[in-house]
Amino acid sequence: MKVLVPIKRVIDANVKVRVKADESGVELTNVKMAMNPFCEIAVEEAVRLKEAGTASEVIVVAAGIAQSQETLRTGLAMGADRAILIQTDTPLEPLAVAKLLKAVVDKEEPGLLLLGKQAIDGDNNQTAQMVSALLGWSQATFASKVAVDGDKLNVTREVDGGLENVNLNMPAVVSVDLRLNEPRYASLPNIMKAKKKPLETVTPEDLGVDVTPRVETVKVSEPPARQAGVKVASVAELVEKLKNEAKVI
Amino acid sequence: MSILVVAEHDNAALKPAVLNAVTAAVELAGHAGGDVHLLVAGENAGAVAEEAAKIAGVAKVLHSDGAEYAHGLAENLAPLIVKLASGYSHVIAAATSFGKNVMPRAAALLDVQQVSDISAIESADTFVRPIYAGNAMATVRSTDSVKLITIRGTAFDAAAAEGGSAAVENTDGAGDTGLSRFMGQELTKSERPELTTAGIVISGGRGMQSGDNFAMLEKVADKLGAAIGASRAAVDAGFVPNDYQVGQTGKVVAPDLYLAIGISGAIQHLAGMKDSKVIVAINKDEEAPIFQVADYGLVADLFQAVPELEAALDG
Ligand SMILES: Cc1cc2nc3c(=O)[nH]c(=O)nc-3n(C[C@H](O)[C@H](O)[C@H](O)COP(=O)(O)OP(=O)(O)OC[C@H]3O[C@@H](n4cnc5c(N)ncnc54)[C@H](O)[C@@H]3O)c2cc1C
Repeated sequence: MKVLVPIKRVIDANVKVRVKADESGVELTNVKMAMNPFCEIAVEEAVRLKEAGTASEVIVVAAGIAQSQETLRTGLAMGADRAILIQTDTPLEPLAVAKLLKAVVDKEEPGLLLLGKQAIDGDNNQTAQMVSALLGWSQATFASKVAVDGDKLNVTREVDGGLENVNLNMPAVVSVDLRLNEPRYASLPNIMKAKKKPLETVTPEDLGVDVTPRVETVKVSEPPARQAGVKVASVAELVEKLKNEAKVI
Repeated sequence: MSILVVAEHDNAALKPAVLNAVTAAVELAGHAGGDVHLLVAGENAGAVAEEAAKIAGVAKVLHSDGAEYAHGLAENLAPLIVKLASGYSHVIAAATSFGKNVMPRAAALLDVQQVSDISAIESADTFVRPIYAGNAMATVRSTDSVKLITIRGTAFDAAAAEGGSAAVENTDGAGDTGLSRFMGQELTKSERPELTTAGIVISGGRGMQSGDNFAMLEKVADKLGAAIGASRAAVDAGFVPNDYQVGQTGKVVAPDLYLAIGISGAIQHLAGMKDSKVIVAINKDEEAPIFQVADYGLVADLFQAVPELEAALDG
């Protein structure tokens, strides 16, 4: 079984994001970029499936600008076998990404798609569900446990009330949550090896997909700032303030 | 055209966030015109449909009954939403784990780019939503003919659960895709208020050191009628279950009072609680970023301060 792992290049999770003065977006120049943390978890899971002999090949796919190659190389260094870059300068929405991925899936015919549940830039939480819909496959979102069982997949999902277990027909689409695994760091030898692994570049036109955005960004602004408050010296003072000043208890 | 709210429920009762979604729908109807309809798809969920009909602002409840809707499986619900969507200008749901799971699947089938997790409505097609863990607010305009939207529950007040008298109409289902099966669930049992709707939340972080130590927070929560939350670090360490997590990738809360105990205040945590009315932080590190958003900060060892707080609440 081939496993396909779509991954995204985003601003590093540790960077403090700044809104541009002209409100056209957030500052991306000279900002450290990295693989979306949820995508790392998806790559890790796929590589573990391969190490366990369940997966035959792990393919990482990224859609976006040329620099997304770096993200793909990271995926290869983590243990993916080959990479596909769908290169475009058009900002991509989840629906467009889902259509691009469907085109790749139609060609590669994987048995499983593993994706991060959300990207920490747009926080949309849509791509996995959308590609699953377009393929007419089963879906399990927010996975904290994934186990292949013959031609079925057992998934534990993190839901608002706790955990939920579902059993999926394969092929399937799974979006992964934080507690599925702890992604490995790529070792230096593996980073070197990754440079020689195959990376194929295609375009949305090659795949016959129209990626024109449907949602227009009118502006991107600073969130309302919170006034820093006061330090209290004791628990007694805290309780007094909560009762008499804030009046919340 | 009207606005359809996809209701989350457990076949016995509606989830509280449905009331927030109804408020957003009523606000949308103010811009776009039309009525607010509610879809209750479930198995033997007649009581839920009756409950939905009483919500103030709801003009009609569509009730679809079938075993394939018993557990909110997205593969079965999405085609039903697609079947109904052509009669509506907007289809909305709360951005709960249910809404996040189901709505994008329906959106893709409709060839619509969903707008996720909106926190404000500017017009019938223009919405505000947090991006980058709430470090930026995007104002976006949807050009799709039907708009699929999930709403951030804390950004919209709950509609009155009583006062409406909507008609309940039965509607045929869209069949069972048979793609997936619900096998069971392990729900966290709690007598406490629900985290996302509680008036007071007390959350513990890595500084709590163990799950057993959360008993200290429970005692305070008992006195305040508070819900208990946690940082990701506390959940990852196994101190508390996953559904306690507050943050960018956990739950978003905005109570009147949020107490952060032994939590450093990473941006991903702040994303889930910085809209709280009053924030209290107890942390032994006076440089902890949580103090930058706290209205009241106490630099102290929590193992001393929390029992003291519990005792002081008796007075
Ligand atoms: C993709 C991604 C998503 C994430 N999503 C979330 C999310 O949804 N929610 C979330 O919370 N985090 C999330 N995180 C993690 C986040 O970055 C932080 O790692 C996490 O919030 C830290 O938790 P903490 O504050 O409990 O732990 P720490 O940062 O370790 O802080 C512990 C604090 O406890 C204090 N302390 C220790 N002992 C005591 C004591 N005895 N008395 C008083 N104070 C004490 C310390 O001074 C310290 O400030 C996410 C991270 C990533 C990369």
